[in-house]
Amino acid sequence: MSNSAPLLTVRDLRVHFPVTGGMFAEKRVVKAVDGVSFDLYPGETLGIVGESGCGKSTLGRAVLNLIPSTAGRVVWLGRDLAEAGKRGLRALRQEMQIIFQDPLAALDPRMTVGAIIAEPIDTFEPGLPREAKQQRVSEAMERVGLSPTLINRYPHEFSGGQCQRIGIARAMILKPKLIVCDEPVSALDVSIQAQIINLLRRIQREENLALIFISHNLSVVRIISKRVMVLYLGKVMELAERDEIYRNPRHPYTQALLSAVPVPDPDFERTKKRISLTGDLPSPINPPSGCVFRTRCPLAIDICAEKVPALDQAAEGHVVACHRWREAISLLAPTLPAA
Amino acid sequence: MGVSVSVQPHWQVAGAAPLLSVDSLETRFTTPDGVVNAVNGVSFSIATGETIGIVGESGSGKSQVLMSIMGLLPQNGSSTGSVKFNGRELLGLPRDELNKIRGTRMAMIFQDPMTALNPYLTIGRQLTEVLTFHQNINEAMAREQAREILEQVHIPEPAKRLNMYPHELSGGMRQRVMIAMGMLCRPDLLIADEPTTALDVTIQAEILNLLAEQQAATGTSIILVTHDLGVVAQLCDRILVMYGGRIVEQGNARDIFYDPQHPYTKALLLSMPRLDDDPSADLPTIGGQPPNLARLPPGCAFAPRCPYVFDACLAAVPPLREIAPDRRKACLLDHLD
Repeated sequence: MSNSAPLLTVRDLRVHFPVTGGMFAEKRVVKAVDGVSFDLYPGETLGIVGESGCGKSTLGRAVLNLIPSTAGRVVWLGRDLAEAGKRGLRALRQEMQIIFQDPLAALDPRMTVGAIIAEPIDTFEPGLPREAKQQRVSEAMERVGLSPTLINRYPHEFSGGQCQRIGIARAMILKPKLIVCDEPVSALDVSIQAQIINLLRRIQREENLALIFISHNLSVVRIISKRVMVLYLGKVMELAERDEIYRNPRHPYTQALLSAVPVPDPDFERTKKRISLTGDLPSPINPPSGCVFRTRCPLAIDICAEKVPALDQAAEGHVVACHRWREAISLLAPTLPAA
Repeated sequence: MGVSVSVQPHWQVAGAAPLLSVDSLETRFTTPDGVVNAVNGVSFSIATGETIGIVGESGSGKSQVLMSIMGLLPQNGSSTGSVKFNGRELLGLPRDELNKIRGTRMAMIFQDPMTALNPYLTIGRQLTEVLTFHQNINEAMAREQAREILEQVHIPEPAKRLNMYPHELSGGMRQRVMIAMGMLCRPDLLIADEPTTALDVTIQAEILNLLAEQQAATGTSIILVTHDLGVVAQLCDRILVMYGGRIVEQGNARDIFYDPQHPYTKALLLSMPRLDDDPSADLPTIGGQPPNLARLPPGCAFAPRCPYVFDACLAAVPPLREIAPDRRKACLLDHLD
């Protein structure tokens, strides 16, 4: 896959939001995304993990240009989105879609399911005859596991899992090349969550669809991703192939995150070594100097406060932003159950 | 498929009287759409110093069990059965009698600390209120105790935090304040309803450690309600699995996790993505939807989704029967393959 041309190239993307204070308040910005770069190939899933406030949702939206970026470049199939213009961008939207965390809130309560799923067709193929449109909607519903007989029902008649299926059908109907999934299963029960993950994986296989899968749940991200990016305060801490990052996490933050995931295994849970992080996420308005993670890092030393760590290559396709990544893995014990 | 039924009144600790015993608890809500049967005959007990976990998905009735125990049901809800705390019946107790027990002998921690704390009052005011209301001590002493308890839940600069309002604290800090408030009067029983669900995973780990630490220090009993099986694996001695407002399986933590005996428990454990399973395989799923509590089927509530279902499952609700010492399940099958 990686020898083909990337679908999406993101370079040094920054999204800064101004903070409104009083009339004479000092001008301040929240650096929600601060210099993120990655490539995404056709049919690939990039998982983006991090805690609340790390900028993962902002990144997902900025990639789709739903939020204007402050600096940096987003290149879609060789075309810079910033130069695409309003018209060009609108045309490109057919190829990139998004599904949201709260499935019910993402659906208009006054529209029928059929009208919701058909809305992208109305926008991009307005001349399509009614029968052909209904045919496409019915097909889309079947593909996501909804009976087409439900086409005239309203969103409130469906459960959370079914609403998420409707959201997926809507995102799929124009046969996009990329779907940004923003915490798509976080609001669902465990048994329903598994259904939706399997559905996304199946659709992805069949359509060679690329996914950007944003989640705070590391177990879920592992199931679906080919590569995984760990974000902290808007910056990439680590990025690697799935098995590499879960087996050899280099960054202390990645290691701490993995060690904190509760595993449904009482013997393991009661004996495992947990890397505890002190304190809370610092304010993104006033991020720490040097490495942004240093205020909570168990391995922080003087240099971490002075110098921003560069993204070092730790292995083929594995980058990590930490001054001490070479020693981190031996200083913090392995914390995963044996595979 | 031999069916053996042996029903005991409820789970009991050998020798000691249980701290809390819930017997045949039923909770109903009258709604414009009809009666919702949220809790349908739940019996369990908890011994002093024990931690039990109640797990289930949304609509399983797990939170309503807690609300019924605490007497916190809304106007349209009512409970029958028995809830005995230290031998005293709580159901039907007048509100001011109940208030003498709630907050002192038993306390509750909620999922969302922002909505559970009063945004108009400082942390110090909310903490000292508990003490001056229940313990008849003066303001200065109460303040000192409040500062101490914040220190115990590892809140940095506790004296300064007393003057802060809830919105000035992070989510993790607010949940620590909630735990501090729960622990203030050294309760015999701490009831925690999804205490870490709204928190990030690194903060969750700290809060769970804190609960374990507080329990070790004070010997309080804990009922932890959660949908996250990983959370109960870490903290709980015993686990109750709920579905459709009933307990479908109960036993000690190791048995439930390593040898689930109810088809629902087994399916729930299998459908959880884990950090150590094969990521290329599809996740096993539970087909269908959770039951509608306003229209429960006459038989087993899980039957419509159960791969092992047979005729008898649809006829009557399977009793929660003992299958081994301290181990029960509400399933007619003796063995799962």
